[in-house]
Amino acid sequence: MQPATTVSGRAYPWGAKNVDTDVIIPAHWLKTIARSGLGKGAFETVRAQEGNIFNDPRYAGAPILIAGDNFGCGSSREHAAWALADMGVKAVIAPSFSDIFSGNAFKNGIVAVVLPQDQVDRLLEVARDHPVTIDLETMTVTTPFQDRFVFELDAFRRQCLMEGLDEVGLTLARDTAISNYEAIADEHRPWISGGSRNASVVVEGAGRT
Amino acid sequence: MASRPLTLYEKIWAAHVVERREDGTCLIYIDRHLVHEVTSPQAFEGLRVAGRRVRRPNLTLAVPDHNLPTTARVDAAGRELPIADRESAAQLEALRHNVAEFEVPYIDALAAEQGIVHVVGPEQGFTLPGTTLVCGDSHTSAHGALGALAFGIGTSEVEHVLATQTLLLTQSRTMEVRVDGTLGFGVSPKDVILAIIGKIGASGGTGYVIEYTGEVIRKMSIEGRLTVANMSIEGGARAGLIAPDETTFAYLKGRPMAPKGADWDKAVAWWRTLPSDAGARYDRTVTLDASEIAPSLTWGTSPEDVVPITGSVPDPESFADPAKQAAARKSLDYMGLTPGMRMEDVGVQHVFIGSCTNSRIEDLRAAARVADGRHVADGVRALVVPGSGLVKRQAEAEGLDRIFTSAGFEWREPGCSMCLAMNPDKVPPGERCASTSNRNFVGRQGPGARTHLVSPAMAAAAAVTGRLSDVRTLMR
Ligand code: SF4
Repeated sequence: MQPATTVSGRAYPWGAKNVDTDVIIPAHWLKTIARSGLGKGAFETVRAQEGNIFNDPRYAGAPILIAGDNFGCGSSREHAAWALADMGVKAVIAPSFSDIFSGNAFKNGIVAVVLPQDQVDRLLEVARDHPVTIDLETMTVTTPFQDRFVFELDAFRRQCLMEGLDEVGLTLARDTAISNYEAIADEHRPWISGGSRNASVVVEGAGRT
Repeated sequence: MASRPLTLYEKIWAAHVVERREDGTCLIYIDRHLVHEVTSPQAFEGLRVAGRRVRRPNLTLAVPDHNLPTTARVDAAGRELPIADRESAAQLEALRHNVAEFEVPYIDALAAEQGIVHVVGPEQGFTLPGTTLVCGDSHTSAHGALGALAFGIGTSEVEHVLATQTLLLTQSRTMEVRVDGTLGFGVSPKDVILAIIGKIGASGGTGYVIEYTGEVIRKMSIEGRLTVANMSIEGGARAGLIAPDETTFAYLKGRPMAPKGADWDKAVAWWRTLPSDAGARYDRTVTLDASEIAPSLTWGTSPEDVVPITGSVPDPESFADPAKQAAARKSLDYMGLTPGMRMEDVGVQHVFIGSCTNSRIEDLRAAARVADGRHVADGVRALVVPGSGLVKRQAEAEGLDRIFTSAGFEWREPGCSMCLAMNPDKVPPGERCASTSNRNFVGRQGPGARTHLVSPAMAAAAAVTGRLSDVRTLMR
């Protein structure tokens, strides 16, 4: 993950509500076994419509997307975040995000900025013709005018984004804590560790639906 | 002891905290991890590139489902048939290769136990009360039916769980959804969850973990509870929980991967301590009265667009919120419907009975009761896709397959099928499908496909009448 402290530039002033991950990247693009190249399929159904924002040359390659409520709802496919990243989007601003999407976005270096609807409306207006800046240091969204909107971001996520840290590596460094937990859990709930290997024991009731 | 009364969610959470960080996020231990072919290749690739291993292969179970065609998988001589779609074949092959390399327990496409991950987990006893369970699929919420804290994760998190058996999470708020009373004639668990989503909205549960309570839920079978919990995510909630009880224990006892002997007794003793304490507080409570719930279906392209079958297509102007008005106009345009049309007058060309929401034995029984002695209407194609090989076998033992096939339904091999347009089962553009699946999004069942979410009995009713129908008029 590339470290990033600001995302600045043009923003797609879209504003659509309930944009689900099927819209961000349709299911037929999910058959890839790689992470890159999905930008081509991003918003495919939207791009097929006349006068859509994604084919508008004014916003080509914009690093920011402004959307409505509940962005990224629906399927948990991380392909949605990969597709956005592949098309060059580094931040999405919306009044709310689906929980799964905002997690996926963050893990791919995309900032999910939550702002109240009236501030999003203002940004939609400004972004039609002007750039927008997101600053992770000050946790603000600013415009070339007087706008200065403060947002919140989980401290850990902010640090990872700003330093470009790998989350798996960070957790693996906590190996001792995880092993200690496992030892205690094994004592209290010994049936957990059998897991899927339990099935090798033939029992009555196997084959039930 | 004067400790604060806790909810089921809080108890499971507390039992899985490895470490609490200063900012309040917790490293949470994951007891069970289901893996399928679509969201895992990039995760295994990540492990390979970083030279990492799967920390606890035993706590993981892999099974292919999304891409598999639901037509015959072997030829007359028992040889495996190739999969025509090259990309699907590559994904399935990648899973096979990855589970071998990382020694992850695997149910092969040809095994009798193969099926949709969310059908297989409970059926094998892999899903257990009080566990944390994840899968790279949003309908993982289904497993909450057995009292597991279960939720969908993205591929980076799949990689994180494979490598560390943990996830970094923030505690959710809790929402109680209580359904009291007794369900009316012909009303199924699918109607209950559609009514709930209609009430709270598609983003009403965002940030919450739902706990379903009340008489209706208590009386429901595990199959019915799985249908309800499955669609928690359609109401925006990442997870939906139902407290484990005698119904849960009876369902799990003796299943292949469930605990045995002394472990079983110890497990049940712990599971009995899990239900929310009297006086436990939820951040929000929503109540529904069972008598208000009718056989229901969706009219639009969001699962919150719910009406009773006796209702009509709403007028977009009737919504207070201008954004909702605009969304409704777009939905109706896509769905090819006009305001005021009676739902029962809408004709269908396709019927899909299947998916992780409604492909279990009780679902097939309910559909078969309606199909029995009737015939699929002219111009309708109807598919029945069991959720797993074991469901299929059970249904065949009960003769359900013959009821379906003599009524003109197609009887298929298990998989996700027409729930999402990833395998050959698709609804063509502009055509309409009564579907027992969970998503009516634009293009979900194929580009331009129009989906109405219904219960299995309502789907069968649509198949035999050729239009969306009130199943109660067909029930004896
Ligand atoms: S049946 Fe549908 S919702 Fe369920 S896992 Fe498969 S694709 Fe997802």
